[in-house]
Amino acid sequence: MNSTWMIIGMMAITISIKALIFVLGNRIVLSKPLKEALSFVPVTVLTAIIVPMILAPHGGSIEFNWRNPQLIAAIAAIIICAVTRHQLVTIVLGLAVFFGWQYYWVLA
Amino acid sequence: MSNPSASSQSSKVVHAARLSNFIAGARDTIPMLLGAAPFGMIFGSLVAGSQLAAWQGQLMSLGVFAGSSQFIALGLMTGHASILVIWLATLIVNLRHMLYAAALLPQVADLPVRWRWGLGFLLTDETFAVMNAYHRKHPMRPLGHWYFLGSGCAMYGNWQLWTLIGLAFGAVFPRLQSMGLDFAMVVTFIAIVIPQLIRLPYLAAALVAGALSYVLKDAPYKLGLLLAVVIGVAVGMMLRHWRGRNNLISEAT
Repeated sequence: MNSTWMIIGMMAITISIKALIFVLGNRIVLSKPLKEALSFVPVTVLTAIIVPMILAPHGGSIEFNWRNPQLIAAIAAIIICAVTRHQLVTIVLGLAVFFGWQYYWVLA
Repeated sequence: MSNPSASSQSSKVVHAARLSNFIAGARDTIPMLLGAAPFGMIFGSLVAGSQLAAWQGQLMSLGVFAGSSQFIALGLMTGHASILVIWLATLIVNLRHMLYAAALLPQVADLPVRWRWGLGFLLTDETFAVMNAYHRKHPMRPLGHWYFLGSGCAMYGNWQLWTLIGLAFGAVFPRLQSMGLDFAMVVTFIAIVIPQLIRLPYLAAALVAGALSYVLKDAPYKLGLLLAVVIGVAVGMMLRHWRGRNNLISEAT
């Protein structure tokens, strides 16, 4: 029930943001600094979400070592993405490194 | 007085033109559909390991229709964030749509209000990219809103379909989460973020936000995440202005 309310709230928030400018038209003007700040939001939010998942995948203390498959695969994905500039290739190879690394250490 | 057969002829022409614009919009969105498919499927699969029921996962895709905020909500729920933090994160992550809307406003400003609500709801990163390219090629086309609608509906249907496939996949393999499929979200976000970090202020903003988010990860209600984002954005803006001023100085000398 609580989750349903959470989803309904997310709907209301998202629809309002998306439609606000179209519906109000020229009555709302985004200032230049605000536009600039907004352009930084996607990269900061997404990075802020994933860094703790990479460095401390089990939620506790930092796991900065090569037995952490999240860390190894994330580094591989960053390099693959920087070189190929291709989203799908990055996702597929990143996941392959992740599962491969995990499997290897289970066997070892 | 107008000839009735001529007017029905012309209404047929208008219908055909609307339909062809609608189809062209959907067709030009096909590469984006392929790109969004794995995200939809990963989202659906992750729902199986979260506190959400399958129907709630589909409801989120139907009603929220904004991929990154849907992923973030799942991630925050797993971390036992409060509902207010999830709403605040939804707000922040989706603010970028205001930038898109501001850029597309001249094309929709004269439409009836129900069209503007509808097209606003269908606005996504992908449809913005498609519309941006379209308006560069055909500025102020009269039936451009049908093209927009075609692109938006294609993305919407695609997102629902792949969410559903992901939900089914997650139901068949319920242990995906413990196998570490949540890493799919990490690698997906890496693929989105890295291409945007070519310019130094963006790179610095992301590094600061990432580092602070790690340091503050045990703050209550995941508020550390929001603080990390705010400080990251501030650092990025400062760097940009500082570099802008330096460029002016070096041009002047």
